Amino acid sequence: MTATTPTDPPAIGRDRQGDILLEARGITKRFGDILANDDVSIALRAGEIHALLGENGAGKSTLVKILYGALEPNGGTLHWQGREVTIASPAEARKLGIGMVFQHFSLFEALTVAENIALALPRGTAMRELSARIREVSRDYGLTLDPQAIVADLPVGIRQRIEIVRCLLQEPQLIIMDEPTSVLTPQEADQLFLTLERLTLEGCAILYISHRLEEVKRICHHATVMRHGKVISECDPARETAASLARMMVGSAVHDLKRGPRPDAGAVRLELRGLSAPADGPFSVAIDTVDLQVRGGEVVAIAGIAGNGQGELFDLVSGERLSSSGSVQIDGQAAGRSGITARRRAGAAFVPEERLGHGAVPGLRLSENIVLTRHSTGDGLVRGGFVDTDRAGELEKRIKNNFGVRMSHDDAEARALSGGNLQKFVIGRELDRQPGVLVVNQPTWGVDAGAAALIRQELIDLSRQGSAVLVISQDLDEIFEIADRIAVISRGHLSEAEPAETMTRERIGLLMGGMEDRQGGATHAA
Amino acid sequence: MRLELEKRAEHSAAMALLSPVIALALTLVSGAILFAALGQNPARALYVFFIDPLTASWSLQELVVKATPLILIGVGLAVCYLSNTWNIGGEGQFTAGALAGSILPILFAGFESPLTLPLMLLMGVAGGMAWAAIPAFLKVRFGTNEILTSLMLVYIAQLLLDWLVRGPWRDPAGFNFPESRMFTAAATLPALADGRMHVGAIFALIAVAALAVVLMKTRKGFEIRVLGQAPRAGRFAGFSQNRMVWFAFLLAGGLAGLAGISEVSGSINQLTPVISPGYGFTAIIVAFLGRLNPIGILFSGLLLALSYLGGEAAQVALGISDKTTRVFQGMLLFYVLACDTLILYRIRLGGPAATGKGA
Amino acid sequence: MGMFEAILLTVITAATPLLLAAIGELVVERSGVLNLGVEGMMILGAVMGFAAAQATGSPYAGALCAMLAGMTLALLFGFLTIHLVANQVATGLALTLLGLGLAGMIGEAFVGRPGVRLQAIDIPVLSDLPVVGRILFGQDLLVYISLALVAAVTYVLFHTRVGLVIRAVGDNHGSAHALGVSVRKVRYLAVLFGGACAGLAGGYLSLAYTPQWIEGMTAGRGWIALALVVFATWRPLRLLAGAYLFGAVGIMQFHAQAHGFGIPSQFLSALPYAATIAVLVIISRNRILTRINTPACLGRPFVPDR
Repeated sequence: MTATTPTDPPAIGRDRQGDILLEARGITKRFGDILANDDVSIALRAGEIHALLGENGAGKSTLVKILYGALEPNGGTLHWQGREVTIASPAEARKLGIGMVFQHFSLFEALTVAENIALALPRGTAMRELSARIREVSRDYGLTLDPQAIVADLPVGIRQRIEIVRCLLQEPQLIIMDEPTSVLTPQEADQLFLTLERLTLEGCAILYISHRLEEVKRICHHATVMRHGKVISECDPARETAASLARMMVGSAVHDLKRGPRPDAGAVRLELRGLSAPADGPFSVAIDTVDLQVRGGEVVAIAGIAGNGQGELFDLVSGERLSSSGSVQIDGQAAGRSGITARRRAGAAFVPEERLGHGAVPGLRLSENIVLTRHSTGDGLVRGGFVDTDRAGELEKRIKNNFGVRMSHDDAEARALSGGNLQKFVIGRELDRQPGVLVVNQPTWGVDAGAAALIRQELIDLSRQGSAVLVISQDLDEIFEIADRIAVISRGHLSEAEPAETMTRERIGLLMGGMEDRQGGATHAA
Repeated sequence: MRLELEKRAEHSAAMALLSPVIALALTLVSGAILFAALGQNPARALYVFFIDPLTASWSLQELVVKATPLILIGVGLAVCYLSNTWNIGGEGQFTAGALAGSILPILFAGFESPLTLPLMLLMGVAGGMAWAAIPAFLKVRFGTNEILTSLMLVYIAQLLLDWLVRGPWRDPAGFNFPESRMFTAAATLPALADGRMHVGAIFALIAVAALAVVLMKTRKGFEIRVLGQAPRAGRFAGFSQNRMVWFAFLLAGGLAGLAGISEVSGSINQLTPVISPGYGFTAIIVAFLGRLNPIGILFSGLLLALSYLGGEAAQVALGISDKTTRVFQGMLLFYVLACDTLILYRIRLGGPAATGKGA
Repeated sequence: MGMFEAILLTVITAATPLLLAAIGELVVERSGVLNLGVEGMMILGAVMGFAAAQATGSPYAGALCAMLAGMTLALLFGFLTIHLVANQVATGLALTLLGLGLAGMIGEAFVGRPGVRLQAIDIPVLSDLPVVGRILFGQDLLVYISLALVAAVTYVLFHTRVGLVIRAVGDNHGSAHALGVSVRKVRYLAVLFGGACAGLAGGYLSLAYTPQWIEGMTAGRGWIALALVVFATWRPLRLLAGAYLFGAVGIMQFHAQAHGFGIPSQFLSALPYAATIAVLVIISRNRILTRINTPACLGRPFVPDR
């Protein structure tokens, strides 16, 4: 391994020639009992794309927020161009020349593009002047924007452009980017990389946070790896393999999934035919004649960029919302007119994207959260209108043990669990029923690698026992790991599901961009 | 100095019990300051206000009489607030119940039978429900904000009452006073013991017990809490938000209506232009002080009834306006809401430099 | 003075307190805070304004005091909802109950006493113009202030950076915080502005509308102001139209009562409340319109992660 400990001078790597712009020394940040950053040091150089790697919860976001002045460290010092500085607010960070592109966009939906950008610039910028500058900069960098458009009307890809243009207009010397490609098609990501390259040639430093290792290998000059709040190693990602980078992040080998042979096609257990529904409000997507069959024994995955109708489709399949036309069949029975409880009774189970507030009630104990989805599924949880708390407690223990859900004390409130453990719980709650049909939206979103691997294995195992598993995911790596067939959702329309073996990332990217014949033909439009 | 909140991992059970107590203590301290500002001896004033009424049998009975509507309305409102339905029109539903229940004894005074009272009570409940059904319908059908509609209906109900007792329902033998005829014995709720206390108190106890069981033990109670805390999760569970709006409004309206007819039939014995010293609004405080828990509401209902009596006592004994009651009640709700923060958060006081910040 | 002119004059006086209270609440809600305590701030403003005018003999001192009273209650509300993240709906109700209680207690001494009337400002020559003279140029100062406030709020909200920040905080407090906007400071200031406006609206009632103190004299106007903000879909100019419409409804009942028509006075008195329900239904039927315009963070608590 070519990694070095942070105390060694970073001798290895491509020539690190740029001047150090921002250096953090011994940063410590505590949240209650948790040490989110423990003596973290990092040096960012001009003209360099510096990757910050680590699992969810490794302390990346905390460090970034400290560098951007959004959080106040408990200890350690920051140095800007060799001078010790206090960055007390994002405004001060911007004044120094630090810009940030947020992962969950820090945009204001009800405001125009120009207004969004004005909020990040110093006072006294005239609106008319600003619109002109936005047009100029966005043209220069190939990031076309209409300053007068309302953000709510714009797709995610464009929203990221706003973030980037907003950042560029501040003429920063250092740009921090948090998971910028997670919402982009592969083609849009390539476009972004060109922009980044141009910026580094202009002498800009970029701190690039990502967990997509291939892309880090491709574009980053240097990488700092964090685990459990500490800097574990620094390296030149180009000289590493994706597997060695993953090992550094996780701290141990990431186990491969056991997929086993795909059994012969079973009977169709879930069928959607011509499923359609109009948009449910100004910020929602219409679902347009979705057709899909999922057979027993297979995992079918739906890929797509966030905001293309995944949540809306999930609601129609689960029965939280009834479709205006088309049908849903579970094991050959028509279920399109019945609600979620009847569909559960028919043998289907559902796991939504949002764990807290949708899949589980934050303020209720886990045993009560079991009643949430299983009050009418013949589990003996409700008798004569009364809730059987003993029975709920039994189930809670069983699920906790079978799926390795860890918590600080027995039967905790859902909000007290970490993301990974809560996700194991909400998936375990449904798997425990041995459902014939399982529909999961973003099964491992924001979950650490260990829990993610476990969850993916469980999904495969369930399908191999003869159930139909439908996974909606934005994570292409995950999709290729578990799916037998893949379909792509774009602006509420679903492409035909094709065998995973014949699908390529490039083709998925094209489908994501809607560059495909509506009839689902195999004609490449590129 | 800076005041910051730190979220607890889970809700603090200790604080859930303590917060109303702390709130009460803070109210008493503020009350003492208020009395001192009014030139009274704070200790004596607080004694007159909060202890004196508990020392006589008649005033204890009066306490129960005043607590009855507060508790009946309060438990209904608690179900509304638990399910995130903001019904603040309890006063209007109380009035509507009183009006509907009074149809028999006023317009059909000759109808005296063992059925009279049960029918009156049923009509009272129905009246409260009907009044509550308006905001429920508008909320479910059009998405109209129920806070404002339920409140507007309070004013309308009060004007309706005013019109009836000055107009069509005025007692022909009442020397032109704006009052209805007195209710006959068959239309009067039986007294308990030998005084002002009436059967309404039993209704309140039954409502408390029934709702305590429903909320803590049944699927319906579970549904109420889930829809109130996380509507999206409620929909995922297969519970209907719209049906819950109907359920909460009809239940609260029915109980407020029952409180209304019980008060009129058991205590006032006729309709007058004003039949409530703001029970419907005070019940909001009762519900929150009781932490939206029926058992808690039993106690907070008694406490707020005491504040009414204390206000009257203080007026007589100390010459302080009985309006101080309302001030006490308002302060109490403020402190309860402030203290409830402690259930989910820890409070940290400290200057920005106290944490040993770098650089 | 003709009948028509007289009616228009009274419409203006009836609309002004609604407009004052609602324009303040509009700013509060634009910043993402729902303060249901307008009625409480208004009535405390009414009694304090009356008291100060009595003590000093100056209605302007009364108006100032009314504003301060509203702001004091607003500060209390701000502390609970902004600092202690208490439920905004419940805290607003508490504010109303406390305000009504305090006003009742303080006002007891003033019941039945004649008040100090805020005089109309007659702009010479202009106010003598036929028909429009009295209406446009013969109003009291607060009428002009209320109209100026509408213009000022429109300008500030949509044409200045301060307004942009207020709208941004109401739309997405998390993002505003991430950009370094002090969400709490913006909201405190908005809530205080709302308190001052509501207090002034109350003061208008006891100094100009009916220059005396009557228990419960706000009679639900604070709540109607809240409904007006929804009705106006958070836009100042529509608010102006709404307030004058409601002023007209309020006045209609007086004139109808004066002329008899055989309708019981209570029915006419109920008109503004019924009208409020009606406009709320009309506006909420168009769900898309309300959802696009509602500040996205309205009523949602914000705890900075610092």
